Amino acid sequence: MPQILVEALAKTYRVAERAPGLAGAVRGLVRRRWREVHALAGVSFSLEAGELLAFIGPNGAGKSTTVKILSGILRPTSGRVEVGGLVPWQDRVRHVARIGVVFGQRSQLWWDLPVIDGFDLLADIYRVEATRYRSRRDELVALLRLEPLLDQPVRQLSLGQRMRAEFAASLLHDPAILFLDEPTIGLDAPSKLAVREFVRRLNREQGVTVLLTTHDMHDVEALAERVIVIGQGRLLADGSVESLRASVLSERRLYIDFAAPAPELAIAGVTVRARSGRSLELAFDPSKIPAPSLIAAIATQHAVEDIHVDEPAIEEVITRFYDLHDAGES
Amino acid sequence: MTTSTMGEMARPYLAAFRARFQLMLQYRTAALMGFATQCWWGAIRIMVFAAFYGVHAAAAPISLADAVTYVWLGQALLALLPWVADPEIGHAVRTGGVGYDRLRPVDAYGYWYARTLGWMIARAVPRAALMLLAAGIVLPLVGLEAWAWRPPSGLEAALLFVPAYVLMTALGAAVLMLANVIVAASLNERGVNAILTPLVIVFSGSLLPLDFFPDALRPFLHVQPFAGLVDIPFRIYFADLKGAAALQGLALQAGWTFVLVAFGRLAMERMMRRLEMQGG
Repeated sequence: MPQILVEALAKTYRVAERAPGLAGAVRGLVRRRWREVHALAGVSFSLEAGELLAFIGPNGAGKSTTVKILSGILRPTSGRVEVGGLVPWQDRVRHVARIGVVFGQRSQLWWDLPVIDGFDLLADIYRVEATRYRSRRDELVALLRLEPLLDQPVRQLSLGQRMRAEFAASLLHDPAILFLDEPTIGLDAPSKLAVREFVRRLNREQGVTVLLTTHDMHDVEALAERVIVIGQGRLLADGSVESLRASVLSERRLYIDFAAPAPELAIAGVTVRARSGRSLELAFDPSKIPAPSLIAAIATQHAVEDIHVDEPAIEEVITRFYDLHDAGES
Repeated sequence: MTTSTMGEMARPYLAAFRARFQLMLQYRTAALMGFATQCWWGAIRIMVFAAFYGVHAAAAPISLADAVTYVWLGQALLALLPWVADPEIGHAVRTGGVGYDRLRPVDAYGYWYARTLGWMIARAVPRAALMLLAAGIVLPLVGLEAWAWRPPSGLEAALLFVPAYVLMTALGAAVLMLANVIVAASLNERGVNAILTPLVIVFSGSLLPLDFFPDALRPFLHVQPFAGLVDIPFRIYFADLKGAAALQGLALQAGWTFVLVAFGRLAMERMMRRLEMQGG
């Protein structure tokens, strides 16, 4: 039995629809028309204990809705969900005691209270036994380097500092599963790296199951062995980052700096993506023309100063993927 | 159930209460301003009473001295009156913080109730202390004894006022919880407060002791839920309700608290169900 089981999950919202302008507003007073929005239209997947899964998809794809249903905040329209054997919305209190949740855009700590007071309160709310709480808190404070922040009110923390405190807050009761909804949003580069490093250690060393949603493809590359892509409420892909890349965009990029202005090149199976002064960026399919032959072909005819092969950036892979599935935000 | 497991059961709610209480106590300026406003209103209301008693003393159901104390007591405990919904709830609903509340392994009603109680009591404590100092101690010292806040009418009244005071607080929080649920459902506190404020101020007896209302209305006025907020506890304070009548009053307060809590829990469950359907 997997730790998280999701079958044919669907969530439909009713949204009031009104015609524009004053006349429309008046008409809306008398007779309101409703439109149905299918945030999730049949999503199925499962997750074993100790896995780390990233959810990606364009805005409005249904990522946050999924996390909210799994964490017990929302009730689905239909479908089956079991987390650790419990149905989140039916057994809410027992369920939420076993999970931790961080929403990147919200704070669960008390804005006007010092960080440490917020931790103490959460320990009371989750009824964490006093000695266990102290050792868990000290461990998290050390891991997340929170010591100097503990007596500051939350509102005085920078976003990066606050996210570190939020992570500790979500883990004080030692949950088996951690849900992260866009945990790196708005963070600067060092803070992002710190968050990724922490999540990785939590997953590898403490065996915490992690399900995260993100728009940052570097999060996905750095963290997840497994990624689920959803778009318009449907599951589009479920697999490793490599298999996703291979399925969409197997091409490689060749970046060349010539000794002289970049020449015109006409090689079968190779397209020029960009050209500036003495530099060229080429795209090629390694199954048709292997990189060594291509490099040899160019280097024998032209004076080359620098050359390197790369994969398309993960952002590009995902954008291409969304286009292929017509999944972009409508 | 042992005391320690009961303590463990209550722990999250005590924490929620403590957090709110501690935060509200920080607002010293608000407490001072509230105190000043309440002194001002108290003085005006006492002058109105004095003018009325000057003309119609015989028609009044209570003595002027009692009326003066009634005003000071009412002003001191004004923050315990549920006349505006808890602003934190409206804020939490608008910002989506209610979602995080759903992530806590606690009874949702109890969690909000504890917070609202903390908010009420933290506002009431400094205001009541200052009012007691000003109207109960300073006024007699400067020779204005006739206009001072007097102690309860006898030992029995004082002892019975303690449970009456506890129950008026519990009942007030239960009324506020209903208001909170409506705020959460309608995403706005203005409409609720516009109705709640006059309702509570008039029917609790805060504006005018309920005995000043026409005789025909009084049987109804004395048993409706808001009477438990001011009318019943204050009449116990003045020993107007004593013995069996006082116990009946306490039972009425407890009964209404029970009914409103039960009703509030139902309403909250329905509201939460709707939030779960429509998204926070």
